[in-house]
Amino acid sequence: MTDSTAVDTSAPGVSPDRNANGGAPRNSGGTTGAGKAPSKVGDIAFKGISTLAAWLIMAILAGVAIFLILKALPAITANWSQNSELNEGPTAGWANFWAYSGPLIFGTLWSSLLALLMGAPVAIGIALFISHYAPRRVAGVLGYLVDLLAAVPSIVFGLWGIFVLRDFLKPLNDFLNSTLGWFPLFAGTQQGDGSNVISGTGSTILAGAMVLAVMILPIITSISREIFLQTPALHEEAALALGATRWEMIRLAVLPYARSGIVSATLLGLGRALGETMAIAMIVSPGLLYSFKLLTDGENPQTIAANIAVNFPIAGDLQRDALIGTGLMLFVISFAVNFIARWIVARTAPDARRRTRSRKVKTA
Amino acid sequence: MTAATDARAGRTSMPNALKSGHLPRWTELWILLGSAVLVGLIFIPLNYNLAGGLIVMALLYLVAIGVISRVVENRRQAIDRIVRALVTIAFILAMIPLVSTLWTVIANGIGQMNWSFVSQTGGSVFNPETLEVTQEPGALQAIVGTLIITGIAAVISIPIGILTAVWLTEYSRPGHAVRRIITFLVDVMTGIPSIVAGLFAFSLFALIVGPKAFSGFSAAIALCVLMIPTVVRSSEEMIRLVPNELREASYALGVTKYHTIIKVVLRTAFAGLVTGVVLAVARVIGETAPIFIAASFTDNFNANPFEGPMQTLPVLAYTGYKFPTTNPEASLQSAWGAALLLVLLVIVFNLIARIVARYFAPKTRR
Repeated sequence: MTDSTAVDTSAPGVSPDRNANGGAPRNSGGTTGAGKAPSKVGDIAFKGISTLAAWLIMAILAGVAIFLILKALPAITANWSQNSELNEGPTAGWANFWAYSGPLIFGTLWSSLLALLMGAPVAIGIALFISHYAPRRVAGVLGYLVDLLAAVPSIVFGLWGIFVLRDFLKPLNDFLNSTLGWFPLFAGTQQGDGSNVISGTGSTILAGAMVLAVMILPIITSISREIFLQTPALHEEAALALGATRWEMIRLAVLPYARSGIVSATLLGLGRALGETMAIAMIVSPGLLYSFKLLTDGENPQTIAANIAVNFPIAGDLQRDALIGTGLMLFVISFAVNFIARWIVARTAPDARRRTRSRKVKTA
Repeated sequence: MTAATDARAGRTSMPNALKSGHLPRWTELWILLGSAVLVGLIFIPLNYNLAGGLIVMALLYLVAIGVISRVVENRRQAIDRIVRALVTIAFILAMIPLVSTLWTVIANGIGQMNWSFVSQTGGSVFNPETLEVTQEPGALQAIVGTLIITGIAAVISIPIGILTAVWLTEYSRPGHAVRRIITFLVDVMTGIPSIVAGLFAFSLFALIVGPKAFSGFSAAIALCVLMIPTVVRSSEEMIRLVPNELREASYALGVTKYHTIIKVVLRTAFAGLVTGVVLAVARVIGETAPIFIAASFTDNFNANPFEGPMQTLPVLAYTGYKFPTTNPEASLQSAWGAALLLVLLVIVFNLIARIVARYFAPKTRR
């Protein structure tokens, strides 16, 4: 299916135009001019409407940025220490907007990074399993199963994280803290008597990031799987003919070919992790602070999205504007990540190159 | 002479891939069973947890297959077998949350699945005679809200998405700057965080209508931002699959371009378009954050998308857990019920998409 898509990409864009340009004068010059006139109007109208729809995409994207900026501006420019509204509730105790969004940006990046560290290797392993190890006949079904993960609503993962994963991880938390507690990542909260306590509820950033990792699995897997399948069959066969084992074939032929694809798939997964809201908002018990500790209650950094979800219903007008301002930061960060990922894809695998590649596979 | 013997000696010392030892076919299975039995013998008497046992079993298997293959075969084969085991473990690892999640939702939500939960409006009910506030289970307000909001989003997004795909595939010239930019922006747009879409809709309506601008329509606009790019992507792919000969045949008959597009191209791609659209709906129907921001939440029945907060299934699942009423147990129960309903909806939409794709696909034969 993917292959055929790539192959068929070749023609449709080109020829209809050519045909239309060649055909139009003949129509207008024909004897049935009166009959053609309405359809010509329809032709122009339809072209106009579809062009409008395409430009609308740009307008929407610009609109998202503009309206977020307009709404957030009062809070970004306000003097937070003097403002009575910003001095209470969810935004209390910060000197200005940037000081407030700093720990949130840190938390967003940190939790996404953790999710990526846990999720990306597994996702790429699954992609390899489906594309190169699983029997051909069941590979499609297995791929569908992984895609099913993407269909599960995030709220359901949130509930699952609270009621299943938190308890499930408690023994692991204890184990990590008792054996590796000297390492800052696995340290607990410092108590008054010098002892060191980890989370009793399991609402740790580790649990949150693990749910995030599950949620970004499908996108990384499906993109890298597609790229693994595009590896030229000749390269693979050449490696096997030289006596390479399957893993050596993958290392020699598949991975070098797919390297940029893996990078961009990982970045797209990162983009997905940055914006995930509900799972983090429900599972993690956060604080607005900079902390790398994985196993604590309340010493987990908060993410932008979860902070908005938690505080939006209780916030006043100006506080809402501040939250929208942090949303704008999230928009900028995820836009940048997606931009870079897509740029890598577009630069390394333009339509033309992909087309010739897959065609070569077909003829080989 | 000496060179020849040296060469022969060299040859014998180097393992010949064709003649060297090879593990019997079912060795891997036997080693797996062996490590399972071993772990069982050690862990069950100690009453240790299952997950720890499985992890130790996997490690045991990896070490055993590595060592045995290294001894019988060679280092390269050993690495190959270890990698094979690792990627299989990765796949199994991903299936655990899927199965566990679905099982949890079904097990917790099945108790709620009855006609009254689906057909009545839930929430706190005040009984004036006993002066008691009781929690009535019910999700009708959320079901109606979900259907209305998703419906509006679909009605707006589908034409825009398909027309954009038509423009990209049929009208724009390949390599044209605007086409490249729009394709790129659509790709980037698929990565917009859902909560940002919700904030956008809220800001839009707050600036136009006023500060308390929660409405179902606002949530639908938020979902549109998320839905349009997925519709564009899938439609574009499907339209590209239409064989070019069909277009050429149509043009050769003197049919105008827009007739060709509507009567030939879109009709041929119809099944694919429907599949893509249904999948896009299934994707946005489970969105929580944007609806929560733009439509807020309520226990009241509200079927007017232009006025006041609206409840939806994902938001009911969230608020049932996060903002429990006087009876937290009942709130949680309705949260699970809503979650199960939502999962069922998503599954139904996915099934519809697959059925449409399977049974209506070979349109090209006509």
